[in-house]
Order: sequence, then structure tokens, then C-alpha cells
Amino acid sequence: MDSILKVENLKMFYHTSKGAVRAIDDISFELKAGETLGLVGESGCGKTSMGTSILRMPTAPGRYESGRIYIDGQDVIPMPEKDVRKSIRWEKIAMVFQGAMNCLTPVYTIGRQMLETLHEHREMDDKQAVELISEYLQLVGLPSEVMGRYPHELSGGMKQRVVIATALFLKPKIVILDEPTTALDVIVQAQIINLLKKLKSTFDLSFIFITHDLALEAEVADRLCVMYAGKIAEIGPNSSIYGARGALHPYTEKLLQATPLLHKKVDNLSFIPGTPPDLIDPPKGCRFNPRCHKVMDKCRTDEPPLIEIEAGHQVACWRCTK
Amino acid sequence: MSEIKGDEILLRVEKIKKHFMPHLTLAQSLAAGGKKRVVKAVDGISFDIKRGEIFGLIGESGSGKTTMGKLVMKLITPTEGRMFFEGEDVTFLEKMASKTYRTKVQMIFQDPYASMNPRFKIRDVLTEPLIIHKIKGSRDERDAMIAKALIEVKMTPPAEYMARYPHMLSGGQRQRVATARTLILNPKMLVADEPVSMIDLSTRAEILHMMKEVQRDMNLTYLYITHDLSTARYFTDRIAVMYLGRIVEMGKADDIIDNPLHPYTRALIDAVPEPQTGKVDIVKELPISGEIPSPANIPVGCRFHTRCPYAKPECSSLPEPELEDVGGGHLHACRRYKEI
Repeated sequence: MDSILKVENLKMFYHTSKGAVRAIDDISFELKAGETLGLVGESGCGKTSMGTSILRMPTAPGRYESGRIYIDGQDVIPMPEKDVRKSIRWEKIAMVFQGAMNCLTPVYTIGRQMLETLHEHREMDDKQAVELISEYLQLVGLPSEVMGRYPHELSGGMKQRVVIATALFLKPKIVILDEPTTALDVIVQAQIINLLKKLKSTFDLSFIFITHDLALEAEVADRLCVMYAGKIAEIGPNSSIYGARGALHPYTEKLLQATPLLHKKVDNLSFIPGTPPDLIDPPKGCRFNPRCHKVMDKCRTDEPPLIEIEAGHQVACWRCTK
Repeated sequence: MSEIKGDEILLRVEKIKKHFMPHLTLAQSLAAGGKKRVVKAVDGISFDIKRGEIFGLIGESGSGKTTMGKLVMKLITPTEGRMFFEGEDVTFLEKMASKTYRTKVQMIFQDPYASMNPRFKIRDVLTEPLIIHKIKGSRDERDAMIAKALIEVKMTPPAEYMARYPHMLSGGQRQRVATARTLILNPKMLVADEPVSMIDLSTRAEILHMMKEVQRDMNLTYLYITHDLSTARYFTDRIAVMYLGRIVEMGKADDIIDNPLHPYTRALIDAVPEPQTGKVDIVKELPISGEIPSPANIPVGCRFHTRCPYAKPECSSLPEPELEDVGGGHLHACRRYKEI
């Protein structure tokens, strides 16, 4: 499979008055066409920063330090903003932001808000646009009369569907989904996941699926990329991480153990003590070492490289290099 | 835990209802033909919570679980029904009496980022309940109480945390402070409304573990409100599944999840994702479609029949099924449970 997105040695720091926050610190990965890459980690590990960076819109005061992002073979970092708007953002790559369903304007109807996107990017008369909107609403399982409704008249699940439809309008190839189901109930969550799977095959999409829920990721992600403190801790196929091989990095291992299982009664769930580090001054050596249960002396001084353990499965842990 | 769990009933709720009447404009009420629109958020609920028990209330948004929590907290008064706490009728209480009641029943809120005044230091956050409930004491005595509560939730050393502001704490630490704030009044029961839903997975387990320890140490009783079945299984002793203001199934947590009887409970369980491989290419079959109906317009008959895959004409024509015991304290409200 061809890679549709390639990130190479990307560094993106937030420049604050206290110093540079190393939110994305030398990250490289690829997204193959038609693939879903799951991006997991705790809050503050750089998942959302990764999403906005790929979209070439790091939130201020974020700045690219180095690295390249190839979208469909084109390096987008040096491109002028005008060209990114015209041919990359929303055209080739779209993002459903975290809590996007709560960002619909309460004073406009759904139809009018969706129309805005179309007017900005496409020249078409209102009649054509309305037809297109109703087609996309039906695709996400909503009746076209939703166009005339206001956001407060819709449920959370319906709003999320509207947001997904809007993201797909311009036929992007890659969609970044940032916690698309976190605020939803289990049944609605399962409905949205089914919808995303269906849309993915209809439109030949590739997804980057950001969440902190490892159980959910098991149902959507072909490959899993575990981020910790601005770096990749582990990246590997679904079948290894959730299968017999199991997770290799102690961080992934702990995250999995902290996931409560419905069909297994346990007396004590394990958890990871402490919180992710301050990225202005990250710990020396492996960034996970202060919280790691398998820490060695070497981990405190030297940073582990990301090495391939088996085909397509890479880990950054000194324990796995032996 | 069974050794500390007597059979004494701490809280009894009897056929409680809470109906809201939204304010209508003149035009709306004319259009409705003078009929009032009634939102039946809680529509006839009965349950007992034993002392020392963790009781889980499960349901989707719109099922009325938060309204039920507010009723137990006495933040709102019920439209119908009775409520007993330690054998005393607490359905309607005077202002002062309900204040005393709230020293016994305390609440942990969902959002630890919004439930604390950002300008208060943790010491002030924890002093607040002492001031409100007029618990006398010198500054040193109060500080000692605060320190004790902080140690109880494993925030050590307490002196260091007392001088901090909420923004200096992580979500997990804030939820610990929120728990300490309730413990300072020596309550008998805690109402926890989605206490971990806004916390990272890695810390979620830690908070639930801490809450369980506190519960054991102080012989507390919890009403745990959530939509998350997997934490409920880990955390609770008994579960009641709510749908549109009613309980549709109730019983021991293990019975409910391993042997669900009501089709709604089954659907909830089927929808929960599990961390196992081999499910990426599968579109999950969902036994129920659509979303929960409006509590202003509850279906006639069994209120679940509009979404139930097993519904027969009798489900909508016959009156609503009552909860029925199948043994072992496992109750359900489905007349066709044997066939499905």
C-alpha cells in the first residue's frame, strides 16, 4: 500500500514565556492509504497537537521547529498559507475536532452552517449546494430536514453526524478524528463507529483516530501509535498489541491494564502513578522512566531509540533492545 | 467487604417521580391546545440502598439518572413518592433540616475542573463546608480536620497541597480533593455523578481504587451514577439500569452483566468496546437502533418497545410491565424475557 501521509522527524514546540513546550519532539510515522491509525496516550501527551500539526495549523504559540509532513507526496510545511487553504486543508485532509459538535453556532440552522463551508471552497449555486448537503446528511444517516433545524434541537449523536458530514464535503482523503465519541453514550458511540467504518469504505478514506480509550481503539485501528510526552513510545499492528504478542512498551502495557474489562471481574485495576511530565523540561533519558515499573539505570540517562522488534512493530524501550 | 455490610437499609426510595413542566410561551400553549407539556424525568422509581453498599445507577443521557441523583441529594423535591433515610421520612424537609441532611449525604460532581473556585486555595475549598455547616473550631482545629481529610484521600503531605490552587492539580488530584471536601463532614453516603468520566483512563482506576478504600475505611455508602458499564462492574455491588425515568433491570453487578435479562441491558452490554484484536473490519451489529425518545413523550405500554428488537403488539397494548424478581434479588421489567 502507498503511504498517503508521511511525517518525518517532526518537531513542533509551543513557545511560552516559561520556555518551549516540546509537544511534538522528533516524530516520524506513515499513514497508508485506506488505513486507520490509532493515536493514543494520556491528556498532555501531544495527541491533539499532532492532529493540528498535520493539518498545518498548530495552535498559537506553536511553531514547527524542523521536520517534514508529506501529504499525498507534497511537503506542506513550506507551502504558503493561501495554497494550503486552496488545495490541502479540508480538500485533502480534514479534521473532526474534539467537542466539535458543541461548536456549532447556536444562532444558525444546520443547513446554513454547512453551506458556509461549501461557499468558501466551491463555486456552486444554492440549489446545487442544498442538494449536496441533503445527500451528505443522508449518507450519515440523517433526514434532510435536519438542514432547517438549530443545533439545540439535535441530540449529541446527531450533531456529531452533522460535523462528520461537514468534514467529508470536499472529499478529503485523510480525516483526523479527535475523540469523536468521547462525550457520547455507549450505544450512540457504537452507532457512530459503525457509520465511520461505512464511510471509510464508501469514500476510500484514511483515518487518524485519536482517543485515550484503548478498548475503543481495538475496534477501529489497523495500527496503533502510542504517544508519551511528545514522543512515540510504541507503534504496531492491532493484531500484535491486542493479540497474543501483547504490548511491548511498559507504558502501553500499563494503559491496557488500566482499561476496565466488562466481562472480567477484577478486584483491583492497575494504574500509572503520577502524571505525564512537564514538557518544558522533560525527564532525562527515557521520558517515561519516573513512572515506569520496569525502570533500569540506563533508562535514567540515555534516551531509547525507536527500534523495530518485528515487521511493522516499533518500540522505544531499552528493555526491548536486548 | 461482606463483613461490614449489614442488611440495614440506609436509603429507601419509594415510587418516586419528578415531572418538570417547562415554561411555554402563549403561542406555544395555544398551539398545544391548552395541554401542558410534562417532562417525566423520573417516573416511578423504587430501590433500597443498604449501609456500606455501592449502588450503581446506569443509563444513557436522558434516562433520568442525574435527576435521580439530585433527588437523593435533595437539591430538588419529588413530584410524587417517598424517600427514607435511616428510617426517617426525608421526602419533604424544611430548609434547616435539609441542610442537616446534606451533612450526611454529600456529592462528588462530574467535572473536577468546574467544581472548585479557581481563586480558592485547597485549604479554602475544604474550609467552605465547615463554614456552611457552622462547624466551630479554631484555625488550627480546622486545619487538622482538613489535613485528616486529605490524608484520607492519599494527598500527602497535606500541608503542601493545602497551599495550592486548583489549577496546580491534575484532574485526578482534583477529584481527590473533591472527595476530601465531602469527607470532612463525616457523611454517611456519597452521591457520585460520573466522578471519573472526565479523567484520563490511566488515573481513572486510581480514583476508583481510592474511593473504594475510603468507602471501606469509613463504612460509607455510595450511589454511583454512570453510563459506563465497565467501571460499574469493577466498582459497584449492585446495579440498577434506567431507561426513560424507570428502572428496567436491577440486581447484583455480576448477575446483570453476565446474565442480562432485559433487552435494553443486553444492548448496552453489546455496545461496550473490548480491547481484543480482530474487530477492526467488522461492523458491529447493534440490536437496537435510534436514540432514546424524549421524556416529554414517553411511549405507551412498555416504554422501550419503540426500540426493542423483540417487541410484539402486546408490548405496546398491555400496561407497562412492573419489576419482577427472578430470584437472588435480580429484578427485571420485561414480560417476554423468557422467549428472548
